[in-house]
Amino acid sequence: MSEPKKVSRRQFLNYTLTGLGGFMAAGMVAPMVRFAIDPVFKPSAAGEFVSVADVEELSNEPQRFEWEIEQVDAWYESKVQKTAWVYRSENDEIVALSPVCTHLGCTVDWAASEEYPNQFFCPCHAGRYTKDGVNVPGTPPTAPLPKYETKVEEGMLYLGEAIAR
Amino acid sequence: MLQKLYDWVDERVDVNPIWRDIADHEVPEHVNPAYHFSAFVYCFGGLTFFVTVIQILSGMFLTMYYVPDIENAWNSVYYLQMEVAHGQIVRGMHHWGASVVIVMLFLHTLRVFFQGAYKKPRELNWVVGVLLFFVMLGLGFTGYLLPWDNKAYFATQVGLEIAAATPVIGDQIRTLLAGDQSIVGAQTLTRFFAIHVFFLPAVLFVLLGAHFILIRRQGISGPL
Repeated sequence: MSEPKKVSRRQFLNYTLTGLGGFMAAGMVAPMVRFAIDPVFKPSAAGEFVSVADVEELSNEPQRFEWEIEQVDAWYESKVQKTAWVYRSENDEIVALSPVCTHLGCTVDWAASEEYPNQFFCPCHAGRYTKDGVNVPGTPPTAPLPKYETKVEEGMLYLGEAIAR
Repeated sequence: MLQKLYDWVDERVDVNPIWRDIADHEVPEHVNPAYHFSAFVYCFGGLTFFVTVIQILSGMFLTMYYVPDIENAWNSVYYLQMEVAHGQIVRGMHHWGASVVIVMLFLHTLRVFFQGAYKKPRELNWVVGVLLFFVMLGLGFTGYLLPWDNKAYFATQVGLEIAAATPVIGDQIRTLLAGDQSIVGAQTLTRFFAIHVFFLPAVLFVLLGAHFILIRRQGISGPL
């Protein structure tokens, strides 16, 4: 049976001092790292439904509706304008699309391009979406326009969060 | 008087070899534009560093007036440019220098690339140089937001979308940069300011140190 390997005094001190140093370094760095990455772990703000339009106003043609929400940005509270393209689909469903292009975040417009009068058009890189918000293949966007959650109460249309599709 | 002061210090701490180590070295003939004018291509690295020094200095002075707060950032920039003596010049140096640094850095990279100066044993220094390039891009990206005008805001919006396109962890990277999951606002500005003024310059200094130590140890690559 071989002798168990002895740890020399020098080795022992090396290990313990390195360990202690690592422990102290971790003790300093850990709070700073957690501090820096906090936004990733913050729960996302729950979206509230906001009354946007009278249901009577809606038609088959997408219309632009704007409304304001109270936005809380850490210590800064402000009113922020939101926009949606809203229309009634063929099977009488209310569709509310976010105007934020899924390519690089510009604002899309309905029928803004003369060549494509029945599509959403993004002026930045000529991205296009069909009426139901699905991106046209061969144009820059890689995903459909986000759809707002919708709710109708007492003849008023309420919109919630825009859900990416 | 100055000589006496220098001698007094030198006698005690022996500073002579320190600055000789840094400043006193032979410049090979093939990199000296005085002998061969075409050797001016060897100046681009030094010019990059020169403009970087201007950026550091002008940036330091800009923070005397600038505040990274969404209510006041734009106004502080407007004030320092319009009301403060030479404000237009100091901000102009930082603004134009930011572009010039990229141009010089690019020319320097092209020179190293086309002369094959990155080859063994200098591969590591090429890697350090590429890291420096990324740091410079980061400085450009974060600095662009600080005036908090429309151009800055939407450029950052787009930049964050690009970051979010990273596979798997894209959304986390975006949140980490913006400081919020959906808003580009108060926290984005403070974050970008911190990154622009403290974090990236710290990385920049370390990498620049490594870049210079490596070139001194390995010497400038030979003539073509």
